[in-house]
Amino acid sequence: MTRPLIKVPQTAKRGEIIEIKTLISHPMETGYRTGLNGLTLPRDIIQRFVCIYNGTEIFSAAFSPAIAANPFLSFFTVAAESGTILFQWRGDNGFSVTETADITVL
Amino acid sequence: MPSLRATAKQSRAAWHFGLQRRSAPRNDGGFVPDSGFTPVGAAWKGLLVPRSLGVLLLAAAIAQPSAQAADPPPENRHSGYAFMGPSLRAMQDDDMANPASLWLQDGETLWRQPAGTAERSCADCHGDATASMRGVAARYPAFDARNDRPINLEQRINRCRTTRQQAAALHFESHELLALTAYVARQSRGLPIAIKDTPALHPFVEMGRRLFYERQGQLNLSCAQCHEANAGRSLGGSTIPEAHPTGYPLYRLEWQSLGSLQRRLRNCMAGARAAPYAYGAEAFVDLELYLMWRANGMPVETPAVRP
Repeated sequence: MTRPLIKVPQTAKRGEIIEIKTLISHPMETGYRTGLNGLTLPRDIIQRFVCIYNGTEIFSAAFSPAIAANPFLSFFTVAAESGTILFQWRGDNGFSVTETADITVL
Repeated sequence: MPSLRATAKQSRAAWHFGLQRRSAPRNDGGFVPDSGFTPVGAAWKGLLVPRSLGVLLLAAAIAQPSAQAADPPPENRHSGYAFMGPSLRAMQDDDMANPASLWLQDGETLWRQPAGTAERSCADCHGDATASMRGVAARYPAFDARNDRPINLEQRINRCRTTRQQAAALHFESHELLALTAYVARQSRGLPIAIKDTPALHPFVEMGRRLFYERQGQLNLSCAQCHEANAGRSLGGSTIPEAHPTGYPLYRLEWQSLGSLQRRLRNCMAGARAAPYAYGAEAFVDLELYLMWRANGMPVETPAVRP
């Protein structure tokens, strides 16, 4: 239901270092906890995040069960050209969310 | 020995409401050392006065409730924010890093989404929440004439759902109710908490205050013993805050989720090994009301982040 929150500057100067922030709703269930019925809760985590800037992968992250729920990421890149930045989260149980943001480089 | 601390608080409230206490003075927990020196009033924490002087002060307080016997002045109260480290503060301050923003986003969607057999959304009646809900959460729990007692914000939202939207009430701590409550309360961020000083609320504030100072559970602890007598000190690895509910519903790292004040209070009660009240219980609303009244004037931080 919840869409991820993404912060990318709408415009940037060519060559400028920009900060990108993402926040996504996810339980990040570790697979080590027991539920109320005494059975182990199956693992349900995001496994991989990639950020693609006009077709080039500029950042990726491998997630582990030790990462907290609703993971927040912040990273930097150089504003090279105008275009689209694509964000993708993939995880257990077929979890897959893709979002895009546009950036204009002046 | 009768506690001067408790008596000072009683006259404090009496000063605020302009009324005298109905119940007998209460011992607030026996933290007062029997050393011939007696600390007087939470606001004077650390200041020791000879007992004879304390008795004089007490007599003065009874005869003429003065500003000295009032609640701790605003500069002596601290939100839980003041006890957090820089990284947690940064997390609360930056809307992008604050995970509660995910709930706010859903709350905004729910606000515009028609619900129930009336097919009406919150926005159909209340319009733009940023204008119509500004300052509303700062006044809750508020007196509700229909129930003849105060109700909290969650209950108020559910009232609208059942009567106006003709939809089922949302469950306490459900994602939807937390999202809507957070979205409404967000519109009061930065505004001072403003519980109305109306006679109708007085008995319920009084009840909440009684609960705050009442020992409970197998550990035989009152709220005040931690949150007044030992606020700012450590309990295990955590700093004990002063119990000013300025940021609810808030994102708690321990929960990895947003949660209401009542969830927090249930945690505390379980910690004192008392049987927690049910969500929405009258005693909870009274306690919530007292805590908000005690925090009157402090800015709303919703949605806050806490460890």
